[in-house]
Amino acid sequence: MLNHTAYLALALYAASFCCYLRILYAPHLWLGRLATLLLAGGIVLHYYALLDRLHGLHTVPYDDLYGSMSLFAWLLGITYLGLEIFHRQRSVGAFVTSLLFVWIAVVSWLAPAQMPSPPPARGPLFAFHITLNIWAYAAFALSFVLSVIYLLQDRVLRSHRPGAAFWRFPALDVLDRMSRSSVYVGLGALAFGVVSGLIWEHRLTGAYAWGDPKVIVTLLIVAAYVAYLVLSRSAGWRGARAARICALNFAIVLFSYTIVNLYLTAFHRYF
Amino acid sequence: MPSTSNTKNSAAARTTGAVRVALIGCNHRTAPVELRERVAFSHEQALDAATELRRRGIVEEAVVVSTCNRSELYGVPGDAGDSVADAMEEFLTTFHRIPRSELEGRTYRWLGTDAIRHLFRVASGLDSMLLGEAEILGQIRTAYGRALDHGATGPILNRAFQGALEVGKRVRAETEVGARPMSVSLAGVKLAERVFGSLKGRSALILGAGDVAEQVVEHLRNRGIGSLRVVNRSFDRAKHLAERMGGEAVAWDSLEKVLAAPDIIVTSVGEVGAVLTREKLVRALAARDGRPVFVVDLGVPRNVAPDAAGLYNLYLYNIDDLGEIVEQNKRAREAEIPRAEAIISEHVAKFDAWRTALEASSIVDDLRGRFRKEREILLRERLDAMQGVSAEERQRIASITEELIERLLNEPDARLRKGRGMPGRLGAIDALRDVFGLQKHGDSDEDPK
Repeated sequence: MLNHTAYLALALYAASFCCYLRILYAPHLWLGRLATLLLAGGIVLHYYALLDRLHGLHTVPYDDLYGSMSLFAWLLGITYLGLEIFHRQRSVGAFVTSLLFVWIAVVSWLAPAQMPSPPPARGPLFAFHITLNIWAYAAFALSFVLSVIYLLQDRVLRSHRPGAAFWRFPALDVLDRMSRSSVYVGLGALAFGVVSGLIWEHRLTGAYAWGDPKVIVTLLIVAAYVAYLVLSRSAGWRGARAARICALNFAIVLFSYTIVNLYLTAFHRYF
Repeated sequence: MPSTSNTKNSAAARTTGAVRVALIGCNHRTAPVELRERVAFSHEQALDAATELRRRGIVEEAVVVSTCNRSELYGVPGDAGDSVADAMEEFLTTFHRIPRSELEGRTYRWLGTDAIRHLFRVASGLDSMLLGEAEILGQIRTAYGRALDHGATGPILNRAFQGALEVGKRVRAETEVGARPMSVSLAGVKLAERVFGSLKGRSALILGAGDVAEQVVEHLRNRGIGSLRVVNRSFDRAKHLAERMGGEAVAWDSLEKVLAAPDIIVTSVGEVGAVLTREKLVRALAARDGRPVFVVDLGVPRNVAPDAAGLYNLYLYNIDDLGEIVEQNKRAREAEIPRAEAIISEHVAKFDAWRTALEASSIVDDLRGRFRKEREILLRERLDAMQGVSAEERQRIASITEELIERLLNEPDARLRKGRGMPGRLGAIDALRDVFGLQKHGDSDEDPK
């Protein structure tokens, strides 16, 4: 069940999506600004919805699927908003906000009717570790969206049949740079997240769980995205092929976030 | 007491005599180029004309807009009243020393709201030969700016032209009227921008020298292209072109050596066929580390081998591809006209509301003047007839009656100045003028000639 603040945040994301979609087909100066404002408003309300859970659980929400995925969506929204302002590009907003809306709508359907019982106290370093990892996943999700748009744009350019929205989409070069920026954010967050997790674990047990499937898959994610960054600057790979790799890499992230968490690891049962 | 700004507005209404705009002009639809070039104004002539129109008392404010496709005189009528359009046309013929018969049926004239709507449509590019063209907004900005600096404008034309610039910007930002390229050359450059984003610092290679290629270069230059190389079978011709375009000439034999450098290649070599084969382009792509290349093939027969279109990171468009895109864009722009017209109507309504508020503020001032005059006459007549009224008492009576006038006018003044819903009140204001026998500010628009 969602609280009223979460419903309001969901409504703002939906309104923001409508505005972004509208400006994609028919540009409108104020509607574009309104879309950004609605998204920012949604993020603020979403923060308060998360804060409610934080007060109940006395830590960042990660111990249940709803809390974790909701935090993921919030960090995705923040990362996108940062990139939108940095690159001054609103034309991918429709894709990101639609993802946000669908994501939150689906996870809210999965949300338990009652707040889960507070997890055992694990300290701020642990919360830092989890938050950074989820932020990394959110940034990788964003790079996935940008790569898919890149591939669509590339296909339209090659088909020689540009449609109405084509002229409003960002250039391939901009999409490439935005996607790389997002991956840099993701890798940075993941690196700090993994290190903070290792330190926390060492403090707790005096050892490192290198053999845990979650750790192995996380290292695989790092390798896959580093490979993307290298290949996206290499002859024969830069452009659409690199975008395809980036999009495929996200499958590993999804695998790590769902299958690994749910079925493969006993240690990393946090969502 | 009225506020300073309202006093200023009222003064504007009074000094203009009528809060409306008059326009006379001719454009590509009404006059052939032979006539248009004879009634065109240079920058200096435009200022001279604006000064002269005001000096002769034909208008109190004036702006002359003159481009290759139109010459238009905008003014706020002074003493000429409704015959202002005739006076402006007469002025146009005498200024350019053209027999009036030559302009017969070649001009259009608009007054009031219609003149404002026309100005807004011009600024939006809806009245242009090439629908939605961007240059007209800059030309209007220049014409207005020069007239403003010269002191030829006043509150009415300032408001009208500032509104026009705002409408022009909004229409371009919020509709597709000016968004999509309408020429083959611009379509090529815009498509290159879909690949590279900003073209600043990018490099281009021009192969051959056709008119369309030169237009492409012009667009590239306008977008800050970093380096430009020109290759032609005749080196002298390449050198000449490179000098003109601000680039570097390269010998035909060295084509393959320089093929790896450019991000954009434009070819228009006549009667040669495929100058750029797939093999040459494969080598060029490998040498440039696989970075994308955008190729515009304007040659007929084609200068780039068609099978090169499948090369990775090479985007190839020929003249037919671009022509088809231009046709699509033309249809898309035309489909946007109703949305542009809606924005224009919104701003025309705003201007009308402002204009009516101006009228409204002037009627209150006129009423105040009328009441004071009547009061003075009445006080003089009645107090002179009364015995024993001291100067001090006279002063008090005068003060009380003045206060009465202000109290009576305060509420209608505030209501009239609110502005919202004003257009519908214009008739009521005219009725008020009739009732109180005040001088009526003419507002009837003339039909276009």
